[in-house]
Amino acid sequence: MDDALVRAGRALRLVLLIALALLFLIPFYLLVRNGLSSERDITSPEWTFFPGELRWGNVRELFDDPSVPFARSLLNSALIAVATTLGTLLLASLAGYGLARIPYRHANKVFYGILGTLLVPAAVTFVPSFVLVSSLGWISTLRGLIVPTLFSAFACFVFRQYFLGFPRELEDAAQVDGLGYWRTYWLVVVPNARPVFAAVGTIVFLGAWNSFLWPLVIGQDQNAWTVQVALSSFTTSQVIRLHELFVAAAVSILPLLLVFLCFQRWIVAGVERSGID
Amino acid sequence: MSRRNAFWFWVFVGPFALGLALFTYVPLLWSVALSFFDAHNTVTPTHFVGLHNYTAMLRDDAFLDSLRTFLVFTAFIVPATYVFSLSLALMVNRLRRARAFFRSVFFLPAACSYVVAALVWKMSLFNGVRFGLANTVLGWFGGDPVAWLSTTDPPWYWLVIVTVRLWLQAGFYMILFLAGLQRIDPVLYEAAAVDGARPGWTVLRHITLPQLRATSVAVVLLLVINAFQAFDEFYNLLSDARGYPPYARPPLVYLYYTALGQGQNLGLGSAGAVILALVIAVVTVGQARWLRLGRTDTDG
Repeated sequence: MDDALVRAGRALRLVLLIALALLFLIPFYLLVRNGLSSERDITSPEWTFFPGELRWGNVRELFDDPSVPFARSLLNSALIAVATTLGTLLLASLAGYGLARIPYRHANKVFYGILGTLLVPAAVTFVPSFVLVSSLGWISTLRGLIVPTLFSAFACFVFRQYFLGFPRELEDAAQVDGLGYWRTYWLVVVPNARPVFAAVGTIVFLGAWNSFLWPLVIGQDQNAWTVQVALSSFTTSQVIRLHELFVAAAVSILPLLLVFLCFQRWIVAGVERSGID
Repeated sequence: MSRRNAFWFWVFVGPFALGLALFTYVPLLWSVALSFFDAHNTVTPTHFVGLHNYTAMLRDDAFLDSLRTFLVFTAFIVPATYVFSLSLALMVNRLRRARAFFRSVFFLPAACSYVVAALVWKMSLFNGVRFGLANTVLGWFGGDPVAWLSTTDPPWYWLVIVTVRLWLQAGFYMILFLAGLQRIDPVLYEAAAVDGARPGWTVLRHITLPQLRATSVAVVLLLVINAFQAFDEFYNLLSDARGYPPYARPPLVYLYYTALGQGQNLGLGSAGAVILALVIAVVTVGQARWLRLGRTDTDG
């Protein structure tokens, strides 16, 4: 009797999970379905689950449309995401290591100075940062889109926590061999810390690719648009070509889905050890 | 020796600290300075107006209304995400097979941007015409089509705004809860079973939830901070070629239009940013205290 109840409960839970999983996948399906439909199929008065015909030509049409610099915006996003990821990893990992391992009188003060900036969410500083970047003359430049975002206190914090828990023996051996901090870091620490680099790297990459407010504020010229800004300009414009809009959105998430599926293990590990709980 | 350490400390930490100072502290101070000036279209104003921008902002009904919008949004999204992501974690955690599959499916939206998600919600799911998916489903049950985003009475747009964020972030918090659940000592559950506690609500209330206290407080803290930053989905769901409707403007959307819209009033925008930063700092510090409280409770 009890056994049957437990089994029924388990089956019910599984049914619920499958239903929820389908609900979670529907938006992805709509993206692809509408992206490969004709305008007429998208706005058909009778909603159909499958479009009448699959139009792969939509992709070519998107890239041929001269009114939207979509290819350029993809390139901008790729440049920004890669540069932001590499720059953040370099700067934040060095700082995290220095804070965790090099004894220095004022290290704690510096650390609290860095931690304090987490109290001021990045989005609130967009007005002040816009003021600074515009006075530097960096509006609508890749510099203006990349450089101010390179100094992530969050990434620095994650690296510091990771290096604090890093086994000391390896570094001690390196020091005995006469390697200084610099060479110990590059030759011993980095090769043994790949998981945290992969975790922080994927999180920073996703964030840079998906970020919207900062590119919207700084990328005022069409040539400096990122893919998110280009997509948003589609939805707020008067003339909307729905199939083009959807195929653009589908194309924009492809690189991310690839990164996501390849590195999911690292993201999960990174989220779990990010020190927030 | 210690001088050598100081040198290397700054080689490692210096570039990062310098950049952070330049791109966080300098803008903040500059913004505080600007907030005391009449700064239209300029970052080097000359007309000092004292606290005028602050009083103007605090008397501005639209700004106060944006703070209220934030409160309403937080009141919806924080409990909804908390309960939903915890339920997902509890269900996924008990799975014997296909656990990785379900975890991936629920986490997958985290790879999606608010811009793309808002697009699907606005143009396909809840587009307010008969061929929209939500209205089609309503139609099956004999309901009339609803203009989801432009109906203010009842305010159906909240349903659209909240579900976008729920879809995007529930998986992320589910991962945090899963990590928390892994850390609970199985002995506790065995002891409860020996004491005759039936699995289900009793065990959840007396073992699982107390053991998840540290995770829970961190999740609530993150949810509130993220809700404060809400911009992307509001902007992309509600604004169109004609601009932004007068309802449902969170503080950042309001500041965006004040500082960078038609008038480019950077003085007023800066005052608003300072006010918002202070509000957030107070909330964050308050919650951090609470977080530490939670920690000692579970450690002891």
